[in-house]
Amino acid sequence: NSFSSYINLSWWSEVQMGPPDPILGVTEAFRRDTNPKKMNLGVGAYRDDQGKPYVLNCVRKAEAQIAAKKMDKEYLPIGGLGDFTKACAQLALGPDNEVLKSGRSVTVQTISGTGSLRVGANFLARFHNAARDVYLPKPSWGNHTPIFRDAGMQLKAYAYYDPKTCGFDFNGALDDISKIPEKSVILLHACAHNPTGVDPRPEQWKEMASVIKKRNLLVFFDMAYQGFASGDIDRDAWAVRHFIEQGHNVVLSQSFAKNMGLYGERVGGFTVVCKDTEEAKRVESQLKILIRPMYSNPPMNGARIASTILATPELYKEWLVEVKSMADRIIKMREMLVSNLKKEGSTHNWQHVTDQIGMFCFTGLKPEQVECLINEYSVYMTKDGRISMAGVTSGNVAYLAHAIHAATK
Amino acid sequence: MSLFREVPLAAPVAVFKLTADFREDPAPNKVNLGVGAYRTDEGKPWVLPVVKKVEKMIAEDNSLNHEYLPILGLPEFRSSASKIALGEDSPAILEKRVGAVQCLGGTGALKIGAEFLRRWYNGNDNTKTPIYVSAPTWENHNAVFANAGFEDIRPYKYWDAQKRGLDLSGFLGDLESAPEYSIFVLHACAHNPTGTDPSHDEWKQIAEVMKRRSLFAFFDSAYQGFASGNLEKDAWAVRFFVSQGFEILCAQSFSKNFGLYNERVGNLTVVAKDEDNVNRVLSQMEKIVRITWSNPPSQGARLVAITLTTPELFNEWKDNVKTMADRVLLMRAELKARLLSLGTPGTWEHITQQIGMFSFTGLNPKQVEYLVKEKHIYLMASGRINMCGLTTKNIDYVAESIHEAVTRVQ
Repeated sequence: NSFSSYINLSWWSEVQMGPPDPILGVTEAFRRDTNPKKMNLGVGAYRDDQGKPYVLNCVRKAEAQIAAKKMDKEYLPIGGLGDFTKACAQLALGPDNEVLKSGRSVTVQTISGTGSLRVGANFLARFHNAARDVYLPKPSWGNHTPIFRDAGMQLKAYAYYDPKTCGFDFNGALDDISKIPEKSVILLHACAHNPTGVDPRPEQWKEMASVIKKRNLLVFFDMAYQGFASGDIDRDAWAVRHFIEQGHNVVLSQSFAKNMGLYGERVGGFTVVCKDTEEAKRVESQLKILIRPMYSNPPMNGARIASTILATPELYKEWLVEVKSMADRIIKMREMLVSNLKKEGSTHNWQHVTDQIGMFCFTGLKPEQVECLINEYSVYMTKDGRISMAGVTSGNVAYLAHAIHAATK
Repeated sequence: MSLFREVPLAAPVAVFKLTADFREDPAPNKVNLGVGAYRTDEGKPWVLPVVKKVEKMIAEDNSLNHEYLPILGLPEFRSSASKIALGEDSPAILEKRVGAVQCLGGTGALKIGAEFLRRWYNGNDNTKTPIYVSAPTWENHNAVFANAGFEDIRPYKYWDAQKRGLDLSGFLGDLESAPEYSIFVLHACAHNPTGTDPSHDEWKQIAEVMKRRSLFAFFDSAYQGFASGNLEKDAWAVRFFVSQGFEILCAQSFSKNFGLYNERVGNLTVVAKDEDNVNRVLSQMEKIVRITWSNPPSQGARLVAITLTTPELFNEWKDNVKTMADRVLLMRAELKARLLSLGTPGTWEHITQQIGMFSFTGLNPKQVEYLVKEKHIYLMASGRINMCGLTTKNIDYVAESIHEAVTRVQ
C-alpha cells in the first residue's frame, strides 16, 4: 500500500556521503594514535609552548569589562557592531588613512574570515559583471576555491610557490599576472600566505601592485594573520596599505580568529574601498541585502571583545604585546627546527623554514615522506607537506627534527 | 571608472527602517510595535535570569577557551536542541534517525536547509522545484530560498483577511494543486506575521494531503515555548508530522525563547528514515557550512547546551519562558478588553485567538500610516503589531489610537 512504500523510501537515498575534510581527517587520525610522542601539525590554531590553546589575557580582561556592563542581547544591525567595524577598518588601513577620513569605504562585520570571503564572493558574483574569473595564487587555502565557485565565480590561478626553492616564484607570478584579462579579480594573501608561509618582499609587492594596476584588476585581499605573521600589525598590513595608496580600490577580508585567539567566536570583517561616500552607501546597502538571507545579523560576543580591545588603550597595548609573543614563539620554533635538523646531521637546505612566515610551513616534504612521518613517527600533517608551526613546542621540536631527518636523509 | 558605479542603492529592510524611524522620533509618547523582540512591562529588553546565571558560570570556568567548534557545531547543543523540538523520548531520536546542524540563528538554519534541498532534495538540481511559503509569511523567507537558488517561490493561501483567521480550504486547495514533491515552509507555531496557527485537527488535514501528494515539510520553529508558554504544546505540529513518518527539516531559533537574539543561536534538525540517511545528509550539510561560515559561534550554543542539560537550569528556563509568554497573553487580553469597551468597530476576537509575539490587527495601510504619523505608534504596513511593545503604561494610548484610526480613517 502507498503508506508502506512512503515510509520505506527516503528523500535522501541518492545523497552521497561527502568526502571527509582533509584537515579534520588529520586530527581524527591523530586522536586515534596511541603513541605518546605523537604531534598534531595539521590544523591552524595557535598553541602555547605546552601545546595548549591560549586565551589571550587582553581577551579575558575585555570579557570581564563587558560582563560588568550588563548589556542586553538585542539584535545587532545587519552590518554588525558599529564600534567593531570602525576599529576593524582602522586596524587594517591605519587610523590616519585617507580612505577612512574621507569615508569612502564600507566595512561590515562577518562570520570570521570564511564568512567575509563568502559575502565578498557573493557581492562580486552579483555586482562585478565585468568578469567572472577569480585568480588565486598557486597554491592557496583549500577553502577559497569552493567558496568562490559556489558563489558563482570561476577559478583560475597564477604562479606563486616555487617548489624548487620552497620560496616565492616572483617572475612566474609577474608573468602570469601580466596576462590576466582586464577586470578579473585577483586574490592576494596580505601576509603569512596559507599554506606556504611564503610572502613577497616589499619591493616585490610594489612591482606586483604596478602590474596589477596596468592590468586593471580588482584586488581581493585576504588578511587572516595581521600581527600574527611578523609580530607587527603595521608591517603585516603594509601590502594592503600600499595597494590602496597606489590607487587600487581593494576589497578586503579580515579575520580575528588567530591574532586575537577568537576562533570559535567568529569575528571578521569585509571592507570595500569605494570611489566616494555615495558609492560606499550604495555598496553597503547591497551587502546588507546579501547578508540578511544568510544569517540576518552577526554574533555579538566576539565582536564586542575585539572592539573593546581595539578601543581601550591599555588593552590594545597589551594585545600588541601578546600578538607579538605568539608570532615570536612561532619564529623561535622555526629557528629551533632548523638548528635541530642541522644537529641531526641533515644536509638539506632548510632555509625556507625560517624564511617562511606565519603559522604554516611548507616543508617541501614529498607525499611518501609525509606518509613516513605519519606512520612511523606519529607526526601528523597534511599530504602537501604543510605543517602548523603552532603545534611545535620546545619540548617536541627535537623529536620533529629527528623524524624529518629520518624521512629525508 | 569605478567597478561599482552601477550598484544601485538597495531599499532598507522595512522592519529595521521602522525601528530607525522610531528611534529618531522625539515624541514622548511614541510606541514601537515593530521589530520582534521581547520587552518587559517597562518596555525594556530582558536578559533572562537563567541566561545571566549561565553566563556567569561560563565566565568563571577557566577550563573553557575560544577554540573552533566542529563544523556542524557543539554536539551537546545540537542534540539537546533537537530533543526540545522532538521531545526527549521521541521514537525518531531513539531510532537514531535524527541529526542536527548548529546554525547562525533561525535564519542560518533556514539557509543551510535551503542550500541542502536545492542540491539534494529531488535530484541534483532543485532550482525549479517549487517552494511554497504562506501568504503572508516572514519577509525574509523569500530571499533565503531565492538566494539558495530556488527560482519558483510561490505563496500558499493562509490568512483570510475577511474572517481574520486561517483560510484552511484555500491552504488545502493549494496543497492539492501543488506539483508533487513541492517544498512547503510551515510555521511550527506562532505564525509570523499573523499569529494564526492551524488547530490540531487542521494540522492533521494538512499532513494527510502532504503525505498523499509527496510534499516536503520544512518547519520554521522560531517561537517554541514563547507561543503558549509550554514547550510541548508549541511543538505539537512538528512532533505530529514526525509521528506520521514524514522526513522533515526543522529550523529552530533560540533568539526569542532564550532572549539570545544577538548570539545567533539556531539549530537545523533533520529527521530521516534511518541513521544512514541522516549521516549522509549531515555530511553534505557540513560541506555547505564549510563554504558559508566554516563553523558556528560558540558562546550562545554553550549557554543553551548547559541550560538544557542541567535539570535545575532547564526548569528555570521554562519558567522564564512562561513569564514572557504570560505577559504577552495578558497584553492580548487587555488590548481586546479596551477595544471592546471603547466600542471600536469591527471584531477583535482575533487579538486573543492569535498566538505568539505578533498580531495581525487587520488595520489597513492608511490606518497604519495614521498611527505612525499622527500617533507615533510604529507598526508594520501589514498591520502587524508586536504585542511585546505593549505595556500597562501605553496600552490605553494604543487602544485609543487604534480606535481613532479605525473610526477616522477608512
